[in-house]
Amino acid sequence: MSGRFAPVLVVLAALALVPLFVSSNVALNFLKVALMLALAGTGWNLLGGYGGQFSFGHAVFFGTGAYAAAVLQVRFGINPWAAFAAGIALGAAVGLAIGWLTFRAGLRGSYFALVTLAFAEVARIIASVWPLTGAGAGILIPLQVGFPTLQFASRAEGFWFVLALVGAAMLLVRAIEGQRFGACLVAVRENEDAARALGVDVLAVKLSAITLSGAITASAGGFYAQTFLYLDAGIAYGPWISVEALLTAIVGGIGTVWGPLIGALVLQALSELGKELGGDAPGLGLVLFGAVLILVVRFAPQGIVGLARSLRPGRLARG
Amino acid sequence: MAEPLARAERITVRFGGLVAVNDATLDVHEGRIVGLIGPNGAGKTTLFATIAGFQRPDAGRVLFAGADITRLAPHRRARLGIARTFQIVQPFAGLTVRENIAVGAHLRHAGRSEALAAAEAVADRVGLALLLDLPAAALTVAGRKRLELARALATEPRLLLLDEVLAGLNPSEIRDMIPVIRAIRDGGVTVLMIEHVMQAVMALAEEIYVLAEGRIIARGAPEAVARDAAVIEAYLGHGAAGLARGAAHA
Amino acid sequence: MPLSPEILIQAVANGLLMGAIYALIALGLTLIYGVLHIINFAHGALLTAALFAAFFADRILGIDPWLSVLVLAPGFFALGYLLQRLVIWPASRGEDRAILLVTLGLAVIIENGLLFHFRSDTRTIDHPFAFAVVELGALLLPTTRVVAFAAALAVAAGLGLFLAATDTGRAIRAVAKERLGAELSGVDVAHIYAVTFGLGTACLAVAACLLLPSFYVTPQVGNAFVLVAFTIVVLGGMGSVPGALAGGLFIGVVESLTGLVWGETLGQLGIFLIFILVLLVRPQGLFGAKA
Repeated sequence: MSGRFAPVLVVLAALALVPLFVSSNVALNFLKVALMLALAGTGWNLLGGYGGQFSFGHAVFFGTGAYAAAVLQVRFGINPWAAFAAGIALGAAVGLAIGWLTFRAGLRGSYFALVTLAFAEVARIIASVWPLTGAGAGILIPLQVGFPTLQFASRAEGFWFVLALVGAAMLLVRAIEGQRFGACLVAVRENEDAARALGVDVLAVKLSAITLSGAITASAGGFYAQTFLYLDAGIAYGPWISVEALLTAIVGGIGTVWGPLIGALVLQALSELGKELGGDAPGLGLVLFGAVLILVVRFAPQGIVGLARSLRPGRLARG
Repeated sequence: MAEPLARAERITVRFGGLVAVNDATLDVHEGRIVGLIGPNGAGKTTLFATIAGFQRPDAGRVLFAGADITRLAPHRRARLGIARTFQIVQPFAGLTVRENIAVGAHLRHAGRSEALAAAEAVADRVGLALLLDLPAAALTVAGRKRLELARALATEPRLLLLDEVLAGLNPSEIRDMIPVIRAIRDGGVTVLMIEHVMQAVMALAEEIYVLAEGRIIARGAPEAVARDAAVIEAYLGHGAAGLARGAAHA
Repeated sequence: MPLSPEILIQAVANGLLMGAIYALIALGLTLIYGVLHIINFAHGALLTAALFAAFFADRILGIDPWLSVLVLAPGFFALGYLLQRLVIWPASRGEDRAILLVTLGLAVIIENGLLFHFRSDTRTIDHPFAFAVVELGALLLPTTRVVAFAAALAVAAGLGLFLAATDTGRAIRAVAKERLGAELSGVDVAHIYAVTFGLGTACLAVAACLLLPSFYVTPQVGNAFVLVAFTIVVLGGMGSVPGALAGGLFIGVVESLTGLVWGETLGQLGIFLIFILVLLVRPQGLFGAKA
């Protein structure tokens, strides 16, 4: 049983050692952002990769986690750690709400993707005009470095915090893989009617998946708020995070626990490459991402993990 | 006679202006193999679907072990003990045979290792023991049919609904499946099967219902049903019964 | 702000004029869905691209969009044809989830490519008729919008005629209805798919040329239009041409009236909420068949 968790723990431990050997700010920033994207992607992957429900609007969870952390701290003076936790809970609640509305209405496939897109846009518009979230000007968290304020004194601290979050999420996914819920989840992905006939409560499974997914991606948003200390509607609820969350999972290996992490590292590397080639002009990174998405779908639909598995001699490539 | 395990009582299903199932009543007594036959388009799968929970009838009730389950969702019926296979096989393509069957086993076993062990046991009963680690997508038609069967069996049903489980199989594969189905019944599972393969239905079923144009037109032991004039006409057309009688006398 | 009948009627009229353009955009979307059964997530990006193309035709070549449409429509038809034939179909092999991702990928590429190249400044053109108005009783209607209205309806009618009366049109309708049967009757389905996609993209080019004289261009503008178009298509029924027309006009009026009362941003919000509501309550729309 613990054999399943060992590889994940080993990799996490190895990553935890990185700041001890690497002190370059650039490198640590790179890794911090990559881990944050891996976290958002792990959330997406649970619903989309394992559950088969493709969301194009995961920004709605990211932004909720981010704004909850920021607004509760700044407007209501709530303890930043509590605010962070509240953001996760709120992300879960939003997931449950959206799932309740959409899954009970029977929305799947393209329709589900469309409606999640709409929800994210609605959230963005509301955040862009609501004084609570700072409307057009956005919201700023006052700089107050230290443990009580959940602001990181060094890049290493931030790195370890997000690493802990990613680790927890990945271990959770690993645990789900080995349980009844996980088996039912992938059954729902593969064939809903067949799953139903075998006694799987499809609605309950989907709701659980989207709730957990929302919580995980919201934690990534909370981390963003605590690291960058500034949010506006376009950052929190913008299409960029919806695209990157799904892209990390698909490029890395959809429906696998390693996928989002590998995908995030690869995509961040690509993004840096794009900046080298095109300067800081906005857009080039995402152009590359769009191209990578199409290429992956065309040539490696199971992502990097899938490629690695199929290259292993004698092993059957698993779906 | 004792109460039937399952009863579809005066079921009517309409699709727009078309009446697919018309006031049909069907009893399945525990421990039996009951066959449901009829020409194509007779409404057999629709009637089936009302018992399995995938189709709501416009009139009538479905009873199981005395309880009215007409409005019960399919996954709850599975928990009560009704399992079904699909006419067009629906494997979980991305999973292995073992994982496929385990999904069914999970209905009765919460733990992963118990479910996987139960899945292996079921695979053994159905003849899939050697294929457990193959991806379901790699199975032949016969293999997929057995997988459908195994998955349904893994839910430990009291009533097993088989929808044309022999369709698409060659004669030797059919011959191999018949004892498997019989063994399932002998193991305590009641079976209701839709079938077109007449030799199999005649060999297996103790009681047969014939559905034509949505109505039950005959019911009884296989030999009696085979000689029934209405049944012959339903399959061969108007006047065929007279021809058959004439040929028999000639 | 007092809402006199004149203001309301003016708002309705403006809404109808805009609605025709919305209808044209929605037409392309619904055609693509009705035949290929894919939700084209790249529709917004393609509209933006068409707007940029029309903009530069005007700025650099000095060609009025009402003229450049004669080149841009066939040009975008070809673009759409090639995208479907060379990118979407091969990359997705017809699988639903793959198609979703590929059209999303295209959208991301096109939109951000435009952003990267042209930055996000807002651009407008100086059209000779930009400030002209047509008087209809007490109503003052911008000439550019009236021309757009008439042209959009003409194109929609032309498209309808094409689908009804030409061989290709019949083939398209056959594939939409029963793909396998059409294939067995000798229809080149891959070609028809590509033609349909091309027609959808061509509609966008026409809509862009009609829009440009009275509107602005930014890399994000296509998306704003397209979410409205999605709402229309879902409202009118996926794959329903009359639904797209009726829905377009209806949404145009709704947007105009809500914009009047609540301002533009909240008006947009209203459209999204209608969109979500329709998807949740009746995804087949008012005219469409169950998906």
